[in-house]
Amino acid sequence: MSKALVSYLLSLADNTLILGHRNSEWCGHGPILEQDIAITNMALDGIGQARNFYQYAAQLMGNHTTEDSLAYLRDVTEFTNCLLVELPNGDWAQTVLRHFLFSTFQYYVYQQLQNSSDPQLAAIAEKGFKEITYHVRWSSEWVIRLGDGTEESKDRILQALDTVWGYTGELFQPADFDLKAQQEGWGADLLLVKRNWDEKIKAVFEEATIPMPATTWMHAGGKQGKHTEHLGFILAEMQFLQRAYPNSEW
Amino acid sequence: MDSINLPVTLSELSDPLHIKVREILATVSDPEIPVLSVIDLGIIRDISISQENESNGSEITLQITPTYTGCPAIDTIKISIRMALLEAGFKKINIIEVLSPAWTTDWITEKGRENLKAYGIAPPQYQQSVCSPDSFQKEEAIQCPLCNSYHTRLVSQFGSTACKALYQCNDCKEPFDYFKCH
Repeated sequence: MSKALVSYLLSLADNTLILGHRNSEWCGHGPILEQDIAITNMALDGIGQARNFYQYAAQLMGNHTTEDSLAYLRDVTEFTNCLLVELPNGDWAQTVLRHFLFSTFQYYVYQQLQNSSDPQLAAIAEKGFKEITYHVRWSSEWVIRLGDGTEESKDRILQALDTVWGYTGELFQPADFDLKAQQEGWGADLLLVKRNWDEKIKAVFEEATIPMPATTWMHAGGKQGKHTEHLGFILAEMQFLQRAYPNSEW
Repeated sequence: MDSINLPVTLSELSDPLHIKVREILATVSDPEIPVLSVIDLGIIRDISISQENESNGSEITLQITPTYTGCPAIDTIKISIRMALLEAGFKKINIIEVLSPAWTTDWITEKGRENLKAYGIAPPQYQQSVCSPDSFQKEEAIQCPLCNSYHTRLVSQFGSTACKALYQCNDCKEPFDYFKCH
């Protein structure tokens, strides 16, 4: 039982760590100071949530596993995050759109996980849920602002949608660990998440005057450890210090 | 929602040793907001003390809950608590992190709220009125901690630390931090 739970926890952790890392790349580069601070705050939330999931997974794994060894010493094929979170940031429109699509997904996942049959997972979700609420609010406002904004902002958000939409299908394609987690009562029901997600996305796109994209072929593979070329570069930067100087601390 | 109340276990503690531990904790402050002690912040969820024989001293077990999952202050706070208790002569100290029930700004004490305001940070509203994901919500009337005007505007939901939002007063024009509801 604990092995299956660990796989599920690692997928939750990897998603939020990698998106947190991507968002942190905006630190010092945001379009204006307040938004630079906003996106880095959200990066910090993501990394904090990842720490909680990794700590719990490490505790279940035992054998000297730590949150750090899970984040810094696993290789690309061991990460099970969705491809969406590892895509490059692109411009501001692509970053806020991706954050909207993913944090809305997280919102409904955490909402369900608060009732997980696993008390520690429920506790982590309960805290994360409050934070993600702010993320959904912030990112949906940006999607509306850009979609219903100027000609250029509209153009950019539509281009961003073209780039990232094909990566949203994977969120709802259950991997073995998703199915097991749902069976055991720890995990979220992705069908229900999808229903809520569709409704929210539709409502915000409508307000943003963005047409709902047609159903299209969807990329997948991240949950099985088959990643885009981008994840390797993220890990190279993120893991360099621990690889070069094992066990270093500061 | 019954569980989200002030930590009654703390206020009901009356034996001298508990009171002493509480007094020590009241001197440990949040590194980001030095006017708030860990007691005022409401992150100490339980204090249990097991009496041992005289030579061993007492063993203190604290339950502490983080404010925000990504808040780096929690590690510093745990070290500060341990230091303060060690200095007071306690040797066996366990600090356990608990996540549920999740911390809420409603647990900040009345004294803590007053200290925040005096420090120039608008204290959180009671009731989690804006904690919903809806976009472009009606803004709350947050009182300027400097001139007391309610004629203020939200600049950003995210501020200099995870717990704060950025506001500006339309009357005295000062920007200020608001300890956002959570």
